Amino acid sequence: MSDANTSRPDSAMAEPQMIELRHVHKWYGQFHVLKDINLTVSKGERIVICGPSGSGKSTMIRCINRLEEHQDGQIIVDGTELTDDIKHIDQIRREVGMVFQHFNLFPHLTVLENCCLAPIWVRRMPRKEAERAAMQYLEKVKIPEQAKKYPGQLSGGQQQRVAIARSLCMNPSIMLFDEPTSALDPEMIKEVLDTMVELAESGMTMLCVTHEMGFAKTVANRVIFMDGGEIIEQNEPEAFFHNPQSDRTKLFLSQILAH
Amino acid sequence: MTTHVAHPDLPPPSTSIGAIAWLRANLFSSWLNSLLTLGSVYLLYLTIPPLISWALINADWVGTSREACESGGACWVFVGVRMNQFMYGLYPETEYWRINLAAVLLVVLMTPLFIKRFPWKRWLVPFVLFGYPVIAFVLFSGGVLGLEYVETSRWGGLTLTLILSSVGMAASLPLGIVLALGRRSHMPIVKSLSVVFIEFWRGVPLITVLFMSSVMLPLFLPEGTHFDKLLRAMIGIALFQSAYMAEVVRSGLQAIPKGQYEAAQALGLSYWQSMGLIILPQALKLVIPGIVNTFIALFKDTTLVLIIGLFDMLAMIQAALADPNWLGYAVEGLTFAALVYWVFCFSMSRYSLALERKLHTGHAR
Repeated sequence: MSDANTSRPDSAMAEPQMIELRHVHKWYGQFHVLKDINLTVSKGERIVICGPSGSGKSTMIRCINRLEEHQDGQIIVDGTELTDDIKHIDQIRREVGMVFQHFNLFPHLTVLENCCLAPIWVRRMPRKEAERAAMQYLEKVKIPEQAKKYPGQLSGGQQQRVAIARSLCMNPSIMLFDEPTSALDPEMIKEVLDTMVELAESGMTMLCVTHEMGFAKTVANRVIFMDGGEIIEQNEPEAFFHNPQSDRTKLFLSQILAH
Repeated sequence: MTTHVAHPDLPPPSTSIGAIAWLRANLFSSWLNSLLTLGSVYLLYLTIPPLISWALINADWVGTSREACESGGACWVFVGVRMNQFMYGLYPETEYWRINLAAVLLVVLMTPLFIKRFPWKRWLVPFVLFGYPVIAFVLFSGGVLGLEYVETSRWGGLTLTLILSSVGMAASLPLGIVLALGRRSHMPIVKSLSVVFIEFWRGVPLITVLFMSSVMLPLFLPEGTHFDKLLRAMIGIALFQSAYMAEVVRSGLQAIPKGQYEAAQALGLSYWQSMGLIILPQALKLVIPGIVNTFIALFKDTTLVLIIGLFDMLAMIQAALADPNWLGYAVEGLTFAALVYWVFCFSMSRYSLALERKLHTGHAR
């Protein structure tokens, strides 16, 4: 159970594998950020990754869509291996949606244009069709009435929901969340988490770096704890929170659950 | 327990609104400010009335020779008599209509661009940029369609100033964008080529560039190669200004947060798509003041073509000053030049402010 370096055989057998990381290493200059990461994610799995800052959790998920380059090991996403081949990178980025801590909406475009841009230019979808699809996703995140506004006119929570809708417009099979609620005021966190819970219930494969332990408990199939560039421990939420194995996990949990 | 009753809105005290309050706050807020205000008013009193009486009240406006100028004020007759040369240079008088036609055509083509939601805008912009210059060139140069051939050395006056500066602007902006992207590229050869190009052209004075293009370049070209002087000046100005433009654009590119690049990448946009759709629209909007600054500098720098024997408006005015029939009217001629340059530069500056306001989307960075 506590051995981090073997993929879990039970549920992974039935569902096809969406993401596979094999012995992935990464360095920033001399600094070894990711040390021998092994991880398998099946279709429909919802994984929460937590750990202290600087533990490499963001770097790991950013490697999955090549925002960061890994230097050793293999990353296979939906059957395609990430290499220097630009075709593979483009193919994977089309399959993988990403939501950022600071939303990263395009401020010079309206909400609707933000959502339609990639479907039109990357998927070559006709504009009318892209706009119709975008409106559907904006309704899903409950802000269709903001479609004609610019991101600067929305609240943080609304912006993050637009960012989620923008990613969904590309119809991805995997969604990555990089601390999606860390930059939000407390009263806005809930509206974003609600959107994410809904998304999880629809069967989306999700990897989520977050410190929202309530979200982890209700939604995740698996919680991963990282520290010092390594996966220290991974388990089902129930067991992870009530019966942590490693001392570092215990210390981390006592710090974030203390108040 | 007491219940809270909201206070009603009261009008501000009368000493804080109105003209008197404004004067007190802005002009007479302390004894030093009062002194400066009175001093400035006195200076204005000393300079403005004489200027107005020289330039407008006592000035001579109509006539054909210097005999018409006897009232002691400005002799605008001089400018009026020479106006055609200031505008058209040495262009043959019978062919002025060609330049006028090109100007009218440009105004007709440009007007719809300022109309919101003009239906054929997407076709009009490329036409103004690529189609119109060809038409204008054919009109100016002639030699086809029964138009008399006018060699480029006879092009001059304000026409030449406008040709040089619009070609310079239209060429230096795209070239500058490419150079700025090149300088930020991760490809070492592209990057170093851009750096060398930019630093070379920024390091040489424009006068040197123009001299080299007209005097040195022909020495290196094979015997008998004819390479139009005006064209060489245009290329020199465009390359020179594109180096400045590149640095202006690069400053904009650097101001765009890394998250914008990452979001574009994560959505699967290619390099050129993310530059063209996400990064450049934001970066260029940020550096509109810098771009217009460079354009204004370019517009005024075109006067330097004088030294390679091209007669732009300032050169035509200087030539007119040397006319023995009109000696002594330098102030009028140069005032006219200053006024024309100021009108063009000020309109560019106003237009850029309007553009900034129009493109503002209310985002706080």
